[in-house]
Amino acid sequence: MSTTAAKTTGSLAIETGESPGRRALRRFLEHKLAMFGLVVVVIFIAAALLAPWIAPFDPLETSWTRIRKPPSLTHLFGTDENGRDVLSRVLFGARASLTAGVIAVGGAVLIGVPVGLLAGLGGKWLDIVISRIADAMLSIPFLILAIALAAFLGPALENAMIAIAVSASPIFVRLARGMALEARSTDWVEAARALGNPIWRIGVMHVLPNIVPPLLVQATLAIAEAIIAEASLSFLGLGQQPPQPSWGSMLNSAQRFIEGAPWLAIFPGLAIFLVVLAFNLVGDGLRDALDPRSQRR
Amino acid sequence: MWGFLLRRLGQVIPTLIIVSILVFALQQLMPGDPALILAGEERGDPEVLAQIRAELRLDQPLASQYLHWIWRALHGDLGFSWRIRLPVGELILEKLPVTFQLASMSFVIGVVIGVPCGVLSAVWRDRPVDWLINGIALFGISTPNFWLGIMMILLFSVELGWLPPSGYVSPWEDPLMSLQTTIMPAFVLGTGVASVLMRHTRAAMLGALSQDYVRTARAKGLSERIVVGKHALRNALVPVVTLGTIEFGRLLAGAVLTEQIFSIPGFGKLVVDAVFNRDYPVVQGVVMATALIFILLSLIADLLYMAINPRLRTA
Repeated sequence: MSTTAAKTTGSLAIETGESPGRRALRRFLEHKLAMFGLVVVVIFIAAALLAPWIAPFDPLETSWTRIRKPPSLTHLFGTDENGRDVLSRVLFGARASLTAGVIAVGGAVLIGVPVGLLAGLGGKWLDIVISRIADAMLSIPFLILAIALAAFLGPALENAMIAIAVSASPIFVRLARGMALEARSTDWVEAARALGNPIWRIGVMHVLPNIVPPLLVQATLAIAEAIIAEASLSFLGLGQQPPQPSWGSMLNSAQRFIEGAPWLAIFPGLAIFLVVLAFNLVGDGLRDALDPRSQRR
Repeated sequence: MWGFLLRRLGQVIPTLIIVSILVFALQQLMPGDPALILAGEERGDPEVLAQIRAELRLDQPLASQYLHWIWRALHGDLGFSWRIRLPVGELILEKLPVTFQLASMSFVIGVVIGVPCGVLSAVWRDRPVDWLINGIALFGISTPNFWLGIMMILLFSVELGWLPPSGYVSPWEDPLMSLQTTIMPAFVLGTGVASVLMRHTRAAMLGALSQDYVRTARAKGLSERIVVGKHALRNALVPVVTLGTIEFGRLLAGAVLTEQIFSIPGFGKLVVDAVFNRDYPVVQGVVMATALIFILLSLIADLLYMAINPRLRTA
C-alpha cells in the first residue's frame, strides 16, 4: 500500500517537477517555426565554415570571358561584373555576415551586461549616470550611430563590428539593469547582502542566472539586426572591403547593373533575408519557450 | 501633470548634454590629423596647417574645444561642411523637408496597413488570418529595406516601367511627379513601420479584449463590432499612439539607405554622402539633429499618452 502511494507521488513529481530548463527546451523543440529557423541558421553556419570546400569557384577569381552571365548549370547564381561566380561569393559572404553578427552582439553583451549590472546594483548615482548615457545612446537611431562610428573609425570589417557592438550595447545595459533592480528587491539577494557579499558576487551569483533567458532571446534578435546592420555598412563601403565578398557590398555593385543583370541583386539579398528571418524565428521561439507566462506552445 | 512634465524635462536636458558629448567625442576616434585632411593639397605647408588648427581650435585642450563647439551649436552653428563649405545647419534644414515628406508618406502607409492588420489578427487570434498576417509581418521585419528597394526598382521600373527608378521632384513643383518619385521609397519604409505597428496593435488588442469591461460589453449584448471598435480598440490604441510617434522619429532618421538607393536628396543621403566624402562635421551635425528630433518626439509621445489617457492627467 505504502509502496504504491510512494510510486504514484513519485511519478507525479516527475510529471509536474520538470525543471524549468528542461521544460523550456521541450517547448522550444516543439516550436515548429523556431526549429525551421534553427535548421536554416545551421545550414548557413555550415555554408560559412565549409565555403572553401563547397564553393564551386574561387570567389575572387575574375575572368573577362564570363562577365555578367545569367544563372546556368555551371554558375547556378550567374557571374558578376568581373566574371566572378556569384554562388561562391554568396557562400563566402556568409562568413562576413555571420561573424559580424555574432561577434558584434557578443561584444554588445560583454559591454552591456556588466555595465547594466553595475547600474542596477552599484547605488543611486552610478545608476543615474549610466542610465543617462544609455538613454543618450538610444536617442540616436541605431543605424545612424553605427554609420557615424564606422565612418570615424575608418572603413574595415573589424571597425564595422566595433561600431555595431557599441551601438547595440545600450539595449543590454537596460536589460541587465532592469533584471538587477528586480532581483535586488528579492529576499535572497537581501540575505546575500546581509551576509556581506560584495556586489560583483551578487551580480554574478544571483542576478546573472536570472538574466540568461531574456538575454538569450534579446541576443538572438539582436544578431538578426546586427546582420542587417553589417550588410548596410558594407553596402555603404564601411564594412568588408572589396574584393573580399560580403552580401552588402555585392548588393551595392549589383545596383548599377540592375537592368541587365538582376541576379546580382537577387541572390545576396535573398541570403540576407533568409538568415535574418531564421534568427528572428529562433528568437521568437526562444521567447515563447522561455517565458513561463506565455500560453502558446 | 506639471510635475511629470518638469521631471521629464529634467531628464531630457542631461540626455541632450550627454548626446552632445558623445557626438563631440566621435571626432576623437578619427585616425589621423583633421588638419591634414582639411588642408588637402596644401598639407605640406606648416603655415596653412597652423591656421587650420587655430581656426578649429585643435591646438587647445579637449574641454575647451568641446565648450567652444557646444556654445556655437547652441547658437545654431554646427560648423562648416568640409566639402562644400556651407554651414552644416543650413544643409540640414534644407534636406529636412524632403525627409519629412518621405517619412509622413511612409508613416501613413505604415498606419493604414499596420493598425487594421493588428486588430484583425487579434480578433481572429490563432486562425489562418492571424497566421497569415503574422507571417507577412515577420517577412517585413526580416527584409532589409535596401534590398526591398532594389527589388521594387527591378519590378516596377525595369520590368514594368511604371515608375521612375530614382530621383526626386518637390511636391510644390509637380505634385503628381513628386508622388511617383516618392511612392516606392515610402512603401519600402512603410512596410517596416507596418510590421512593427501590427505586432504592437495585436498585443495591445489581445490585452484589451481580455479585460473585464469587454466581457461586460459583450454580456450586455452589444454587437461584436461595437465591442471591438469602440471598447477594445480605443483602449488598445493608447500605447500604439505613443509607439507610432517614436516610429515616426525613427523614419525621419532611418531612411538612410532607402534614400541612397532611390537618390532622394534628404537626410539619409546627406549623411551617406558626408561619410563618402569624409565630411565629418556634417556627420556630427546629422547625428546631433536626429537625436534632437528623436528626443523631442519621445517627449511629444509622453504628452500624447497623457492627453489620451485620462487616468494619468491628474497624476
